[in-house]
Amino acid sequence: MIPAIDPTPSPARRAVGDREEAVLQMSDHDRRPGAVWALPAFLFFAAFAVLPMVLVLVLSFTSWNGLGDPQPAGMENWQRLAKDDELVASLWRTLLVMVASWALQTPIALGIGVWAAGKQRNRAVLSALFFVPLLLSTPAIALMWRTFLDASFGLPNALRGVLGDNTNLLGNPDLAIWIAVFVMSWQWIPFHTLLYQGAARGVPVVLYEASVIDGAGRWRQFWSITLPQLRYTIVTSTILMLVGSVTTFDAILVLTEGGPGTATRILPLHMYFMGFTGYEMGYASAVAVLIVVLGTAMSLAAVRLSGFRAMQSQSEGL
Amino acid sequence: MTTDVKTPDDTTDAVPAGRSSRAHTALRRVGWNTRQRPNLLAGLLALAWAFVIAVPLYYIIQSSLVTRSDYLSKTFLAWPTRPTLKNYQTALDSGFNRYLLNTAVVTVFTVAIVLVLAIPAAYAISRSRSRFVGRGFSMMLLGLAIPAQAVIVPLYLIITRIDQYDKLTGIILPTAAFSLPVAVLVLTSSLRDIPRELYEAMTLDGATVTRLLFTLVLPMSRSSITTVGVYTAIGAWNGLLFPLILTQSDSQRVLTLGLWKFQGQFGTDFPALLAAVVLSGLPILLLYLFGRRQLISGVTAGAGK
Repeated sequence: MIPAIDPTPSPARRAVGDREEAVLQMSDHDRRPGAVWALPAFLFFAAFAVLPMVLVLVLSFTSWNGLGDPQPAGMENWQRLAKDDELVASLWRTLLVMVASWALQTPIALGIGVWAAGKQRNRAVLSALFFVPLLLSTPAIALMWRTFLDASFGLPNALRGVLGDNTNLLGNPDLAIWIAVFVMSWQWIPFHTLLYQGAARGVPVVLYEASVIDGAGRWRQFWSITLPQLRYTIVTSTILMLVGSVTTFDAILVLTEGGPGTATRILPLHMYFMGFTGYEMGYASAVAVLIVVLGTAMSLAAVRLSGFRAMQSQSEGL
Repeated sequence: MTTDVKTPDDTTDAVPAGRSSRAHTALRRVGWNTRQRPNLLAGLLALAWAFVIAVPLYYIIQSSLVTRSDYLSKTFLAWPTRPTLKNYQTALDSGFNRYLLNTAVVTVFTVAIVLVLAIPAAYAISRSRSRFVGRGFSMMLLGLAIPAQAVIVPLYLIITRIDQYDKLTGIILPTAAFSLPVAVLVLTSSLRDIPRELYEAMTLDGATVTRLLFTLVLPMSRSSITTVGVYTAIGAWNGLLFPLILTQSDSQRVLTLGLWKFQGQFGTDFPALLAAVVLSGLPILLLYLFGRRQLISGVTAGAGK
């Protein structure tokens, strides 16, 4: 159990070795914290995170209106799930939100992150501004955009010359979901920028210096050095974005409440409305299970597609 | 063991360093200055995005400073000619005080629970040889993947069953639980950096396991404790999901939920609504001014780098 110690310590370390010997003769109990130290945290987490995770699967086989006790309902919820047109529609909207927010956030976060990792002047001032959205709550951000885009007093009204009378952007079923994607991106781009900034700072300068000798320009450096060096960060950031989009909830709830009509009702909102305004908790649980499966599948796919294919070291050849 | 590991480390360090200086000489020979010309494209992108961030923020501050009638007639982004703080008064009079207090209570208790649970747990995980501890840690790491949104129905069931529905405790418990995995992860990786020799030396000097926590572990991990505290506090302060499904009465309402209710209550009184929005973000923005580094490391703690 105790790892073997080098049997012949150098003379200089002999005194220390004796001390180590003495410590090793003490029992584990006297030297190391036991399982009891970790038990409260494990139990607490099990009770309020793991247990709900198990219960959501159990509840998906029950019928429950939020009061009284859940009643067993067999496969009922799952059969209904297969025939729910609104569910299919919200699934498509979720996928659209996922793809669109990835496509919008990644290039901007990557570009600004790489830029902010450099040594430009004014960088500190702009960086300080970039991270403000991260500090505001989702309802605050959603309400800010709701008033900013208000049909009568906000930006669309100022743009009446261009938009004509179609100033109710958030009330437009074709536009609302794109605005939701934009608002979510506005909130989360700073976070991914920080990831890319940290990673870009870790790219060895030697690579750039060597590439200059080979005659590479900045554009070429970006594609041949920066991007390949950042690929694990791109995977991490992508996973966080995909899972984030599958589970996103409060931003759209406050921004549009799923409307107009059901135009922005994505999967988690469908679950919320089913459970907490329709009081069909069993069915909502089945939708929740679907969300978990989808989120897990997305992150596994992202890892498979990009992470394991190229397992060689990032600093290979240095 | 330690001496064996050191040697290859040193050589790997030496290689890039050697190459680097050779590259520098070569660069100087081709006349390349290490200071490059500014990256124009990325700079423009950064500037454009700064604009996208700044304009709506400016808009809410500017609009929160005008009277309601001025708001209806003002030019879109013009700075108010007669700025007023009346809207802030309106927001504070509409129950904002209580929401602020509730949010503060939720935040303080959530952070306290998380730190009290996570620090000993991380200590045990980094030092204990118990297999149970290892298993528990794996459970927490898997738990990182549990989306809070997906478990709101069973959480509602649990919280009503233990009679904590519509109480601040009901918000605190799940909020703390969902902050725990990141907290334990961040603290564990920082505790693993404390050299084994320090533990052994202090144990030899007679320090008990508990004493080691206070004289060695806590002082050595102060910065990651701050990170975890900030991460947990921001999550608790800004959380909407748990308060939304686990409380209903006005007396238990937190800020985020209060903001959303304001929207219905104030109708088109946008200046008052926006004053409430500004007020809700003010405490964290002030923190940002004074401790930007800690705040940023706290915000990104969830990324697990």
